[in-house]
This record gives sequence, structure tokens and C-alpha cells, in this order.
Amino acid sequence: MRLMLSGKATCNSHGQDSSYFLGWEEYEKNPYDQTRNPQGIIQMGLAENQLSFDLLESWLSENQDIAGFKRNGKSIFRELALFQDYHGLPEFKKALVQFMEEIRGNKVSFDPNKIVLTAGATSANETLIFCLAEKGDAILIPTPYYPGFDRDLKWRTGAEIVPIHCTSSNGFKITARALERAYQEAQNRNLKVKGVLVTNPSNPLGTTMTQAELDLLMDFIIEKQIHLVSDEIYSGTVFSSPNYTSIMEVLSKYEKAEVWDRVHVVYSLSKDLGLPGFRVGAIYSNNDSIVAAATKMSSFGLVSSQTQYFLSALLSDKKFTKNYISENKKRLKKRHASLVSGLQNAGISCLESNAGLFSWVDMRHLLKSNTFKAEMELWEKIVYDVKLNISPGLSCHCSEPGWFRVCFANMTEETLEIAIQRIKAFVESVSRGHDKAIGGKKCLNINLRKKFSKWVFRLSFHDREAGER
Amino acid sequence: MRLVVPLRGIVGGRGGLILGTFVPCALFCYLHIRRLRFLATRRVSERAEPIAKAEESPYYVGLGRVSQDPFDEVANPNGIIQLGLSENRLCLDLIEEWLSENLNGAMIGHGSDKGHLGIGGITGYQPHDGVTELKEAMAGFMSQVMGGEISFDPSRIVLTAGATPAIEILCFCLADPGDAFLVPTPYYPGFDRDMTWRTGVELIPVHCHSANNFILSIAALQQAFNQARKRGQRVQGILISNPSNPVGNLLPQKTLHDILDFARKKNIHIISDEIFAGSIHGNEEFFSLAKILDAENFDKSRAHILYGLSKDLSLAGFRVGVIYSYNDDVLAAAKKLTRFSSVSAPTQRLLISLLSDTSFIGRYLETNRKRIRKMYDIFVSGLKEIGVKYVDSSGGLYCWVDMSGLMHSHNVKEELELWDKLLNVAKVNATPGSACHSIEPGWFRCCFTTLSEGNIRIAIERIRKVAEMRKSSR
Repeated sequence: MRLMLSGKATCNSHGQDSSYFLGWEEYEKNPYDQTRNPQGIIQMGLAENQLSFDLLESWLSENQDIAGFKRNGKSIFRELALFQDYHGLPEFKKALVQFMEEIRGNKVSFDPNKIVLTAGATSANETLIFCLAEKGDAILIPTPYYPGFDRDLKWRTGAEIVPIHCTSSNGFKITARALERAYQEAQNRNLKVKGVLVTNPSNPLGTTMTQAELDLLMDFIIEKQIHLVSDEIYSGTVFSSPNYTSIMEVLSKYEKAEVWDRVHVVYSLSKDLGLPGFRVGAIYSNNDSIVAAATKMSSFGLVSSQTQYFLSALLSDKKFTKNYISENKKRLKKRHASLVSGLQNAGISCLESNAGLFSWVDMRHLLKSNTFKAEMELWEKIVYDVKLNISPGLSCHCSEPGWFRVCFANMTEETLEIAIQRIKAFVESVSRGHDKAIGGKKCLNINLRKKFSKWVFRLSFHDREAGER
Repeated sequence: MRLVVPLRGIVGGRGGLILGTFVPCALFCYLHIRRLRFLATRRVSERAEPIAKAEESPYYVGLGRVSQDPFDEVANPNGIIQLGLSENRLCLDLIEEWLSENLNGAMIGHGSDKGHLGIGGITGYQPHDGVTELKEAMAGFMSQVMGGEISFDPSRIVLTAGATPAIEILCFCLADPGDAFLVPTPYYPGFDRDMTWRTGVELIPVHCHSANNFILSIAALQQAFNQARKRGQRVQGILISNPSNPVGNLLPQKTLHDILDFARKKNIHIISDEIFAGSIHGNEEFFSLAKILDAENFDKSRAHILYGLSKDLSLAGFRVGVIYSYNDDVLAAAKKLTRFSSVSAPTQRLLISLLSDTSFIGRYLETNRKRIRKMYDIFVSGLKEIGVKYVDSSGGLYCWVDMSGLMHSHNVKEELELWDKLLNVAKVNATPGSACHSIEPGWFRCCFTTLSEGNIRIAIERIRKVAEMRKSSR
């Protein structure tokens, strides 16, 4: 008789989208390397910030004691080794909230007692959903959105995601109509809506929310008596105007109101500081029940005390943080401009954006037809022939075919240049009417097409080890 | 509707009947709506609400009290002595020394880039279930811990941010909401929280008795299994801890064989929590589940081992847990779930260095055992002096003490009164057996590895005073 596992262990539908991860697989089989594999696939599907390591390294070299578990010359190793309090290291929480305030131009203040530390934003988002929703409840999320949400917010929590469809007609901004429609759809499916989750700055759009959108969201959640989660993991990557407005700034007007404890922020150091491997995330909320429950749940994903201590020293160094924040933005802005102008030269436009580690690229004019099938065909060509791993809009639940997320902060300037040249060459060949199927007829391979149909149109059981977003 | 009668009496007649029905109904509705509004304004989900509440178990209450008023020989000599936390503070000096000799101030120091300050390589996304080098180092470490007789396969290791998520992840993989695990008592109070909070899984206690040294009997397992079946509840596995917590005994080889056999007959899983495997201070031979499976031809696909560095290496703050599974499907699922609970990269890098230094680890494990033994001997001789009995144990950082002699009557209420007296009057925090689901009242778990020799003596003296007070009040 077969040994039984749980439904969750054996199900295939824990939100792993095919195309997003198939590109990863291809990249890993044939990764680009400037010297060793110059014909390999360039990774443009990884939203990682590798532009400012040198700043972290130079800080580390000037502060060796910190890495050696010393505080003012005295070893605090014992204290750290034994520290497993789920309330977190007080000096780290203090430094973290101050960093969050600094990123927001000190226009808001955060209370360290209202922050819950988690092992990454992935853990923060999941924990928050456990605290806000029952199994089968719905969370409304504007599209396009980060593919990982399908897994992180739904898998163990049993919650459902109902999309708020945004379109290119207004730059993918959230509208009252779209919100209302999504709410209605949830009701039609007999799902109780518990909240709205937005990413601001947006992944994959790279835009910051307008004041109008923020006010609209507040009105909506007040009317429907639901929660709002603002994932602000990219808040430190806003490199040009318009200025960034965090939901916390808007919320400050509602201090005495009932909605005060229904708005929550998720943060992490994975994007702004480029430290995803450190696994540092946070939930911030004015709601003490949620803070209490989330704090206890954080036992399932605490941040290493070694890491907390190191980061408390790093983030307490105001000279460092000030310099890092501004220098990082400069570099992101420059890199973003390189990508956008490069694409423009190839006749490809991007959604105008001012944040994030990626651009939302408009390749609709390169589609054979205005369908997702055509988008997938185009994507195949880009992965296999052009040798670039980019993320198709379908994987982000975009309602319009032809959009792709292209990351720019996880490679050198030279590599980006090569990627742009490849795209340019591809577009030229398309406009000349040829289909340069370099590397044989891989993309026309029938078996592969079948594999794609299975993968794209039915969720399959496959995971990527490296990260995401 | 008891209100109906007196109201009827007051008003009388039909009017009274109507009022007598209307008023209580209105009151009921009002209170119900108020509760709904209260819950609505609190706005936390129903499943999170009980989690948000303050802990009521004496295990957690005691820990909380100590943190408010902790004993310190110099700064707070009247504070509460902590005997409720199974933490090992005896060998941190050894690791500290290793760090000062091996890291050169860097947070990483590994192989070819030993001493190199570079942050590259540890900042980016890592595999969620841990980097291969750490899995290899961990497999080697676990082998050393178990005496070098078993080898562990790194590809069967899943690393998690502590043993707490490790056990939760395993529950998510092995059981659906409503399913149950059989757990011998007394057991670690944290299991109630870690295994059930978010998984919807239930724990069925299988009572063990002092008469056979708290070793699990197959008859008791069988009975618990049958009762669950009668209730229509699906049992998915057995969870054992070996060395056991809170008793500290080691499961005999035969018992492990019998448990495996039982699991096979019922077609269920077996999880062996071996987090104290490197804290064995007695002379008894330790049989890891891995050792049994290595030697015999058992069906391994139902076996899973839990481990971590919080106890044996005293690195609770670094958050390093291990799921070791012989089942490929479980491994695949568990690996995916580690995205919510990964080990921090700088910690991984540090541990690769530390665990790979096998000669240091060998010396460490030996010294650790000796020091734990020394403290154990001091503690139990203190208990003997004051006439308090205990279970002679070989493993763990604690002693399972029989304080029923200090109780006026043999029940849980008395046990909790004694616990309260110990905590608030004697100022000693020990974990009462009822918090561990012990079926026999009067037992307490006392951890002795967080104290100096002198402080152990102070703790014993305080317990003696309580014993005397109780004798004189009879």
C-alpha cells in the first residue's frame, strides 16, 4: 500500500508558473560568461541588485570587528549565539526602521515595536496572509504582478488571489472600475475578500504609485472594510521623479480612523541593499493583534542573530546609508537609461518608469498576432535564438500580450551592452522578414512545443532554486 | 432563557411572556454583534487570533517571568534562576576561541578565500534549502555527532532556519489538516505550537510511565492508533525524540525496531527528532534512527530525522535546522517549502568553515559531553542530598525530576501550585510535567546547562527550602 503524503506535498498547483521558470532552466544549462561562454544565455530574468557591492565591501573592510562578532572591541559572540528572541535584536530593529524612514525622505516615522522580522519578504508576505485571511479567502492584486505571489500567498495559506486588471491604456495604473470589478469577481466566485495587496514601487512595472492611486486604494479599503498590504520591497530603488510616496505617508492622515490598523507594509533588504542571501524581511503594522500573531509566527523564519547584528551596525552608520542610498540610485538610473535608450534604438519602447531593477518592455509590435500564444512564440525565440532570459508578461498575469520584464541590475555594463546588441540584431532580422533560428530548429521542435503547451497552459510541478522577483 | 421566568414573574401575564422572551433575545443579539464588531475591528484572522493571545502554558509563562526578573549573581541575586530553558552555555568559549583563530575578523573564512573579506558570493540568492558545501559539511558533522559509525548523504539534507520550521515543514509534507501524529509523552511543549498552529494537524499523546522508565510501549501506540481510527481520524505518523526531551533517556535498539515495525504495519511515517544527539553525557549506547536503518532492511521511505545546531553547538541564534529524509517526494516538497525559512548566507558561510574543521569538532563534542556530565553529576547529587528523586538519564541538557514528594496530593492542580511556589517564592523556574503532557503529576524538567556550579547549588538550596516548607505545612 502506498505511503501517504499530504495534499500540499503532492499537488502540482502550488503556483509555479511554467514559462517564468523554464527560461531559468535554459539559462542554467547555458549561462553567459564573458570569457568562458560568450554565446551563452544572458540572465535578464533575475531582479537582483549587483550594482553596489563595492560600497558594502568597503564598509566591511573598515568594520572588520563587526563581522568578527565584536562590539567596541569586546566579543559578543555568546550573546548572539544564544539570541533567539522572536522580538528581534532591538538595535537591529531600531536601525532598520531608521533606514526605512531615510528611504522615505524622513516623511514618515516608524516605531520599532511595530515591526516583525522574518526570513525574507517571502516569509513576511506568507505570514501576513496567515494573519489576515482564512483558507479560501481572497486577496485582490493588481496585474501584472510578481509570479512568486501565486506560490507565496496561496500554497500553505489556502488563500486565493483575484486579479485587479490593469491595462496599458493608462500606463497600468489602478482604477476604481478595475478595483470594483475584481471585488465583484471575488463575490461571484463566493470568495470573501480580505484585502488588497499592492507592490509599490511595482514589480514588474518599475513605476511608483501616484497620489491618486494611493487615495483610491484608501477609499476602497475603507468602503469595503478590508486590509491593504503594501509590499515596499523596492522603495529604495526609486531613481528618478516622480518622488516616492509610501502608503505610510498617506496613512498618517488617518491616525484616529478605523482604517489605521488595516494597512500593513512589507519590506526587505533583498533589493535595496542587494542582500537577498541574508534573508531579511519585515512586516510593519499598527495593528497590535497582527503584530502579536506575526511575531509568534516568525518563529518559523527568524533572522540569524549574526546577520541581525551585522546589519544593525551597517544600517546605524548614517554616513554609509546616506551615501549608499544616493549612490545606488545614481547607478540604477544610469543603468536603466542604458537599457531604455538601447531598446529605443532597436525600435522597442518601455513603460516609463522611475524605480525597480527592471523595465517593462513593450514588444507588442513584434508579435505575429495579439495573442498569448504569439507572446510565447516570441519569448521562445528570445530565449533560444537571441539567448536572453526575460520574463513574459503572461507569467505576471498581464492581461495584454506582448509585454516583457527585462532586468538590468544583475550584470555588468558590458554584458548589458551585448544584450542590447543581440536584441537590436534580432529586431532587424525580424523586420527583414527572416527568422534567424540560430542553433538549429530548437524552437520549432514539436516535442518542445508540446512541452510548452503543457507547461504554459497547465501548471506543472517545477521549481527554481535561485530567486526571483 | 432563565431570565424569562423572573421577568414573567415581574410583569406577569402575556406582556411578561413577550418581554421575557424579547429582552434576553435582544441581549443575546447585542452581545453577539458586539463580539463580531470586536473581532471585526481586531481584524486578525480566526486562525491567527489564538496565536496572538498571550501564552498560557506554564512552559512559556515561566520563561517570560525569568526574562522580567533574571537571576544574576551580582546584579540581581534575588532574581529567578532559569531551569526551564534547555540551552547549553558550557562550551561557547570553545567556539569563541575557534572564531578568533580562524576568522581573522571576517564573517566568512572558507577554503581558498579563508580570511578574505569579500562579501561576494554570499549576498545573492542561494538555493533555498542550503548551499551544497554546507550540506556536505553538515552531513559530516552529523556523522561525527553520531560517533562516526553512520554516514549521511548530503543530498538528503534540507536546511531550514532552525528546527522549528523544520518540523513544521515536515508536518505540511506528511499530513493534511485534521490528520494526526502519535507523540509519546512527556514531550517538548513547543511541539503543540510548532506542529499544529498553521498546519491543522493534531497531536495524539501516547502516555509513557515511570514504571518502565518512560520508554514507549508498542501496546500503548497500538491503543492510541485504534482509538484514533474509531474516531475516524487519520494517523499519518509517529514523532519520537531521541534522546528524549524532557526525560533525557535514549531509546533502546529493540524499541526502535518495534516502532519501525509498527509504522510499517500501519503504513505510517516515523519522525525522529535527534536534536540532542551530540549532548549524550552518559555511557549508554545511542541508536540514531539512521543507524537502525543502515543496519537493517527496513523500508526507509517512511523515515525522517530532524536535527539542528541549537543544542549541540549552542547556536540557537543562528537558526540552523535539518530535515534528513529517506523519501524523495518529501525531500522535493520540503525543499520548495524552505523558501519561507532559509538559513542566512553569512551564517551558512561561517558554518561551512566551522563544521569542516573536523578535528576541532571532534575535540568540541568530547569536551561538551564531559562538561554536561559534570553539571549533571553536580545537579543530581544536589537532588540526592535534599531527598528528591529523578530519572537517571544519559542525554539532553536537563533532568526529569520527581517532585511529587513536595506535593500534598497527587494531581495536576497540586503540581501547578508547586510550580507557582517554585517560580514566585523560591524563584526557580522549572517546567512542570503537565506542560509536557505527562500523565503522572509531580514531574518537573530542570535544565542545568545554563548555570555555573555555584548557581546550581543555589538552585538546589532554594528547592530544598520549598521541600522543607511543604513538609512543615503538612
